[in-house]
Amino acid sequence: MTTLNSRIPEGPIKDKWTLYKDKINLVNPANKRNIDIIVIGTGLAGGSAAATLAELGYSVKAFAYQDSPRRAHSIAAQGGINASKNYMGDGDSNYRLFYDTVKGGDYRSREANVYRLAEVSGNIIDQCVAQGVPFARDYGGLLDNRSFGGVLVSRTFYAKGQTGQQLLLGAYSAMNRQIARGKIEMFNRHEMLDVVKIDGKARGIIARDLITGEIERHSAHAVVIATGGYGNVYFLSTNAMGSNATAAWKIHKKGAFFANPCFTQIHPTCIPRSGDYQSKLTLMSESLRNDGRIWVPAKIEDAQAIQQKKLKPIQIAEENRDYFLERRYPAFGNLVPRDVASRAAKERCDAGFGVNATGEAVYLDFAAAIKRYGTEQAKIHGINNASTEKITELGAAVIEEKYGNLFQMYEKIIDENPYKTPMMIYPATHYTMGGVWVDYNLMTTVPGLYCIGEANFSDHGANRLGASALMQGLADGYFVLPYTIGDYLADDIRTGKIKIDSPEFDEAEKSVKDQLNFFINNKGTHTVDYYHKRLGQVMWDKVGMARNEKGLKEAITEIQEIREDFWKNVKVPGSLNEFNQELEKAGRVADFLELGELFAKDALEREESCGGHFREEHITDDGEAKRDDANFAYVAAWEYTGKPSEAILHKEQLEFKDIELKTRSYK
Amino acid sequence: MNLTLKIWRQKGPQDKGRMVEYKVTDISEHMSFLEMMDVLNESLVAKDEEPIAFDHDCREGICGMCSLQINGEAHGPDRGITTCQLHMRMFKDGDTIYIEPFRANAFPVIKDLVVDRMAFERIQQAGGYISVNTSGNTQDANSIPISKHNADLSMDAASCIGCGACVASCKNSSAMLFVAAKVSQFALLPQGKVEAKDRVKNMVMQMDLEGFGNCTNTGACEIECPKGISIENIARLNREYLAATI
Repeated sequence: MTTLNSRIPEGPIKDKWTLYKDKINLVNPANKRNIDIIVIGTGLAGGSAAATLAELGYSVKAFAYQDSPRRAHSIAAQGGINASKNYMGDGDSNYRLFYDTVKGGDYRSREANVYRLAEVSGNIIDQCVAQGVPFARDYGGLLDNRSFGGVLVSRTFYAKGQTGQQLLLGAYSAMNRQIARGKIEMFNRHEMLDVVKIDGKARGIIARDLITGEIERHSAHAVVIATGGYGNVYFLSTNAMGSNATAAWKIHKKGAFFANPCFTQIHPTCIPRSGDYQSKLTLMSESLRNDGRIWVPAKIEDAQAIQQKKLKPIQIAEENRDYFLERRYPAFGNLVPRDVASRAAKERCDAGFGVNATGEAVYLDFAAAIKRYGTEQAKIHGINNASTEKITELGAAVIEEKYGNLFQMYEKIIDENPYKTPMMIYPATHYTMGGVWVDYNLMTTVPGLYCIGEANFSDHGANRLGASALMQGLADGYFVLPYTIGDYLADDIRTGKIKIDSPEFDEAEKSVKDQLNFFINNKGTHTVDYYHKRLGQVMWDKVGMARNEKGLKEAITEIQEIREDFWKNVKVPGSLNEFNQELEKAGRVADFLELGELFAKDALEREESCGGHFREEHITDDGEAKRDDANFAYVAAWEYTGKPSEAILHKEQLEFKDIELKTRSYK
Repeated sequence: MNLTLKIWRQKGPQDKGRMVEYKVTDISEHMSFLEMMDVLNESLVAKDEEPIAFDHDCREGICGMCSLQINGEAHGPDRGITTCQLHMRMFKDGDTIYIEPFRANAFPVIKDLVVDRMAFERIQQAGGYISVNTSGNTQDANSIPISKHNADLSMDAASCIGCGACVASCKNSSAMLFVAAKVSQFALLPQGKVEAKDRVKNMVMQMDLEGFGNCTNTGACEIECPKGISIENIARLNREYLAATI
């Protein structure tokens, strides 16, 4: 049986990474070109890893399901990227970034990994600037920073509201340079459908060419999974339509442990759903909470009148509004961390105070900010006794400069003017902190199989702070994996090319083809989306923002039933050897139907509330999350045994040597 | 609302292709255009017909995967958005909507509404980068001040999403706006100046090899660009190119 060894190096936390790098095995440049590495996924983590590995001299094959690496969903990240540069001189340091991240994650992440992340964060900014990433600058020509939730310093670098896009295009350009040199062979519109293990080591993959439908074998000395999170298990999320867990789940079934699946981030500020046809949810950046005030009507009759469209929000007097975040958390107010804000909104909506037809929305109101900025502007411009209209006009201009693109996006979707009436928002699934278990080297429990970026579990604990996902993706890809993978590959310099005509490849290819054939020949009655939506509904209702034992047990049974039904009655049109989007979706949903069950099982087993995981049985007297460090300060790493319900739990005990375990309080 | 859709169907690159008529009913004005397409596809699968293939992914206007020529316009009738951000309230009950793939010789059809934009990839590979290694051992990020003005212009150019609307809108199927956006992003930054001449020559050469047409300054690309990339970038590209070749 595999046992967990996190391989955390010895030494003080500040020196671990440096000392470790000094002793790590290296591969001679002449040997690197004889070593093949497969990278699955080309977002920030996969794209940066592929480029860096190719620069180092390895022969890289990279795979993306989209038509270009530039389409990966990292591109949609809005706000920014954290780095402990301390350019603002406000007391930032590696330690402070490390501390904020561990605390923000509610003390469920691995100290050594998080410290390393903080340590390399500054390099990321240097690297990206050298690549031509156009970060925002001040008038002196230096880089600008802004502040994000849950921290007391300004350490967030940004490029308008498109930071993820610019960072991804940076990694993409580094990839393009290597593609042009022949060091990366790029496989666009390809999907990995299984990993191939030979003598216990990851030695290749089975992939499908999504244009021709051809099944291909690719061998390598190591395989890197960088395929992002599994938020689409909820069907509706802020993820891209194609974002999926198939690569992560397939490797789980081949021996990679899956850690903390129940740690999922529900982001508080998303545009609410409007109907059954809804295909995805759109995020409104966290930065809006700097100026927006969140409220619902204080009186239930007002809420009902609003739900029936008999009353407008601007008709509700100030004293009849409930600014529930400011009421419950006076110290942090509207800027509490994401998990706390989401739960508070849900609590009000569950009590009947929601503000749209479905009752699942709260207001994010900029009227006070417009008035405040307008008054300030009037003063700056020397306008005495400015009229209300003038103040509103001046204030709206300030808001437009800060958040114009988000307001425009909102207006396009909802068809209401957020300058004049409050935005409606509701929490939505956004990011998954859980993922494939990895050691300090970012290697999974399968030798030669690595997992980086959102797809792994290691850095964000039970809740991720804003602007930290981009940091982790690039840290793993540019600065961590390229070192650690050499330690493993140093033993492979005499192995030679891995052959693809082995029985192991035969077997993996056969199982992939069998599943695809099944889908095409099943001729069932329901579409793939029908099952995906059913799964999503169960996940949201019973494994969503608040969870309890009864609901989780029901969820497990219901997911099993949906899965059984799926394998009997799913209908996939078309044929194998063609561009077939329904066939692609079928395989992904099949995996979500298993992952969802493990997710619920993990949530059931974790009898505490922490970060994004909120168990209704474990709350403090005033309704806050109650952590149980004595019994649950561990990573739950699940081993697949044939059925998700029978997965075996392995515990990696988390040790906190450099940070004291404390209750998070934002009151 | 009830709508008539006339949609381009094409089995594969070799197939000739044709417009096929579909009816959709009870479409909510709050749906996005692609959600309307989802509804149609679900109904086609239910009737054992083959669903319509179309590219899409992020559905929030940033990945550049979605395309579609809707009633003759790239990304449809609204401005400053991609097809996935288009909402059905832009149409009215009883409308007939024509839906076609982005058309250009350099963008061959893969199936139905899906086109192959690998030509864009090859142009980027020809020079759309700054040749620094990703070691992180570069100079400190603040060691080269860059004027806010240029940094902002560079960012505006860099916001290109590579969707191909510029090519699809151009009567010459020119890719000048796409190439200009990348060339400008780097031309405006000191980091990009070192290899600026090679970059512009190589990218333009690849653009020509791919069979895109020439630019005759009609400006359609700028109007249809979902990210509002300015045609001034084409002027900058021409300047850079001229400077590099004389």
